[in-house]
Amino acid sequence: MPDAKLVGTNYLPPDHIAKVTGRAKYAEDFRADGMLFTKLLLSPMPHARVLYIDKEGALALPGVKAILTADDLPDLNGAEKALTNEPLYVGEPILAIAAVDEASAAAAIEAIHVDLAPLPFVVDPLDSLRPGGPNARRGGNVWAAPQPPAPGAQGPPPPPATDLVKWTEADFADDEGDGTRLPMGRALEEWSFGDLEAGFTDADLVLDETFIVQSTGHHPMETRSAMAYWQNGKLYLHASTQSVAATVAGVARWVGITPADVVLICEFTGGGFGSKGAGAVSSAIPALLSKKANAPVMMRISREEESYIGRARTNMSGRARVGFTKDGKITALDLFLVQDSGAYGPMGDHRSCGNAASLIYQPGAMRWRAINVLTNTPPRSQQRSPGPMQADGIMEPIVTKAAKQLGLDQVAIRRINAPEGKAIYGPAGPNGMRPHVTSAFVKEALDRGVEVFGWEARKARSGQRRGPKVRGIGVAVGPHGAGSVGFDSIMTIRPDGKLYVQSGVGNLGTHSVFDLARPAADVLAMPWEKVEVIWGNTGKHLPNTCLSVGSQTTHAMTRANHAGAMDAKRKLQEIAALDLGGSPDDYELGNERVYRRGNPGRGLSYAQAAKRAIELGGRFDGHSVPEDVHQITKTSAAALVGLGLMGVAKDTFPRDGNTFSFVVGFAEVEVDVETGKVTLVDYLSVGDVGKVVNPRSLMAQLNGGSCLGIAHALCQKWVIDPQYGVTLARRFHYNKPLTILDIPNHLQATALDLPDPETPVGARGVGEPPVGAGYGAVLNAIADAIGVDAFRRAPVTADIVLMSLEHGRRMHEPLRTHL
Amino acid sequence: MDPVTRRNFIKTVIAAGATASSVGYLFRGPGALLGQTPSAPGAVERLITLNVNGQMRRVDVMKQETLAMTLRYKLGLTGTKLGCDRAECGACTVLIDDVPHYSCSVLTHTVRSRAVVTIEGLESPTGELHPVQRGVLDEQGFQCAFCMPGFIMSAVGFLKVNPNPTRQELAHGISGNLCRCQDYDKILTALMKGVEYTRGASNA
Repeated sequence: MPDAKLVGTNYLPPDHIAKVTGRAKYAEDFRADGMLFTKLLLSPMPHARVLYIDKEGALALPGVKAILTADDLPDLNGAEKALTNEPLYVGEPILAIAAVDEASAAAAIEAIHVDLAPLPFVVDPLDSLRPGGPNARRGGNVWAAPQPPAPGAQGPPPPPATDLVKWTEADFADDEGDGTRLPMGRALEEWSFGDLEAGFTDADLVLDETFIVQSTGHHPMETRSAMAYWQNGKLYLHASTQSVAATVAGVARWVGITPADVVLICEFTGGGFGSKGAGAVSSAIPALLSKKANAPVMMRISREEESYIGRARTNMSGRARVGFTKDGKITALDLFLVQDSGAYGPMGDHRSCGNAASLIYQPGAMRWRAINVLTNTPPRSQQRSPGPMQADGIMEPIVTKAAKQLGLDQVAIRRINAPEGKAIYGPAGPNGMRPHVTSAFVKEALDRGVEVFGWEARKARSGQRRGPKVRGIGVAVGPHGAGSVGFDSIMTIRPDGKLYVQSGVGNLGTHSVFDLARPAADVLAMPWEKVEVIWGNTGKHLPNTCLSVGSQTTHAMTRANHAGAMDAKRKLQEIAALDLGGSPDDYELGNERVYRRGNPGRGLSYAQAAKRAIELGGRFDGHSVPEDVHQITKTSAAALVGLGLMGVAKDTFPRDGNTFSFVVGFAEVEVDVETGKVTLVDYLSVGDVGKVVNPRSLMAQLNGGSCLGIAHALCQKWVIDPQYGVTLARRFHYNKPLTILDIPNHLQATALDLPDPETPVGARGVGEPPVGAGYGAVLNAIADAIGVDAFRRAPVTADIVLMSLEHGRRMHEPLRTHL
Repeated sequence: MDPVTRRNFIKTVIAAGATASSVGYLFRGPGALLGQTPSAPGAVERLITLNVNGQMRRVDVMKQETLAMTLRYKLGLTGTKLGCDRAECGACTVLIDDVPHYSCSVLTHTVRSRAVVTIEGLESPTGELHPVQRGVLDEQGFQCAFCMPGFIMSAVGFLKVNPNPTRQELAHGISGNLCRCQDYDKILTALMKGVEYTRGASNA
């Protein structure tokens, strides 16, 4: 491989000029002739059955073109549909109307008469587990544990099943009588490793604490608006999605057509944070209304509606019993989780939470138990660091408390427990072995942060009171899975001498959509000005691409494009050898030419080689492609045949371990003990995220992710009224997202830039691990300032701070989910 | 249709979210002039002239129409984004007589005879970027950039009253804008670069 020239350097992303001039088009910016507009009828009840819908009055109104109900949608085997006849939460769409304009559609919605039969509902997971408590669904109140496939089973796995679980009064009777500890009744999921009891016996200190991790709405700036029309039997959908190539399959399923009949256009997405991973189920509404009305249909989703259908973080109540030795080493961890999957799911945050806890604290023995409860609250989806972020919330206050009691430095106790190298985590797999990560340099990151943040100097002033202000410092390690394998790439060197890279990644502004082309250009020694990235439209023949979720894109797609570029390079060498003699290995690449080693005059320009590839045909110009690439890739490659020399390959590079990234967060806060206001004074994140691909974008990801965690510690929450099941934290105002005034004047971020040994480019993902680090570090800093027992829930709002300080112990509700 | 009173306006445009309907955005297209009689009490002239980005534009405007809707759906200026339609996020910020306003919360009829500038109007007639746009480009400010037009317009407006802000002052000046990628640190760096370029341009 030639020296990396593009990987590791900043560049101007090719879409940025469109963004600063306002020409970048997001889903709602598209127009089509005769375009109709949509309004939705949302459920006013948290759980009900639709008995009857009277559409006559609405249809009689001028301008009304079509009405869509759940009966018009394909059955999804029990999974969430875009419309429902049994709403499971307040705000769930029941019906949609397309009309010539929104005022007419809204008037028609008002003219609809719906008979709803109310059903029992529940908002708090613990209420559902109580004896005689209500169930979120008629079929049960919890998600059953997923069953491993039967030996020799064919076809798709069975749909997830609900179950009915009630705990006993004895389960709810707190052992200490103060009702502050999470009850632990029957759990449906469990794993363990090591000797837990021996671990506790060996411990010098055992702590048993409960923490409530809140839910928060994702609320990307762009709501999930979508516009659809049909042409020649194909659906053209302008939607807001995190992924592009990988969104097609879901859209096809939701609409009830084959993936080949979906063209998805999404060049720009106004944020997702996990809420638009594979698109949004609601996009089926304009698609099917458009078919019914035989006209293009725009569905603009309001911020209010986004509060209902826009997804939220999976909230979790966790109880951890942890054993520590005198020097802070964790000997045993007994973790119990009550997860709230909302109205749909099942969510898997509880599983990644358990894995993350085992990874970042490396306990000698561990048991993980969890129950996955359904409630009549809006649907959850993965939110930036689903699971590991909750692990930081539940575990960090305990580790900080242990450090205080044992007289240890906060960094030292994290360092002694930190994962290192190919660290193992989680339960044993079917092969009896516990999995391990590809690499971890957490200790290095902690050391770097101590130095850059000036930890020791800040420690000296922490706890000191100046007037009403007291300072505190905190540190936390945020982990997250950061890479998958096995995806494809397609690229062509064309007779104009340029490299065209097909990018199936979504464009969330992290620039991975373009970053993935840079290792390919490096392999081909191609200057960046000669690289065209083709993206944002599945009509443009994109390869099989990972979902842009789970911090996997940079890792997965740099590998795939490295593979494709290696294929193109080999073809360049082979063509040169065919035309100029010798063996392919005699040729190397440089100056946009393939030439004989030591004799740069003897060679072909890339433009000439591209023309020769087209003449030669076969695998050189894509007439035949490797057997192992995905069918999606084969179809796309077939459409690009004959355009030039084609590099097309599947990522088959070996990988030992599962890829994780780590970010260490360092925070200093100032708490005003008279007002309860917490101010973040300084924040540093240190990334152990592999080789740095795009430094400026990486810092933005580190800072942006940290801010989401900081917001969870300081202000952001989601509240559902338990009496009526109504979402109270609607829109931005009541969600309390972080503003530009809530962060320090400068956020600091740095990265180790140590390549991961298990991927050719060395890069791992970064989107998610900063979130848990930000959450944990700020919680720890607040605890350092006002006391390690001052709170056991987040966000730590002024009322929690003031009540704790006034009473000398925490006074907030210990177990209620929504406050 | 009922005469548009303040009460009815609020009832239909703002308060509908709490009921079974989802009336949030309300937009009546030019094709459906349902029940609007020009002589109705309180009626206003519908065909008006707006000064947008230095051009005089004739446009048919309903009396309850917001400036954001007029810009986006009547004048094709989709660079102005709607993030909330409730004056919470600032994505729709435009300049009206050089002052930043949330265009989602301004009735179009109130800006007759005033100068409206949107993100599309920042470039010079010869296509040169505004110094603030150049700053954002050079520092690669913003991630998803849905909030970017609003932030840039807020910054441009703020610089007209404080051409020499500190980083902290600028943060206050644009604090009416939300970014959910929370790329605030780089946004400030980029806009401060824009401040520098603006100063350079005015000194030149």
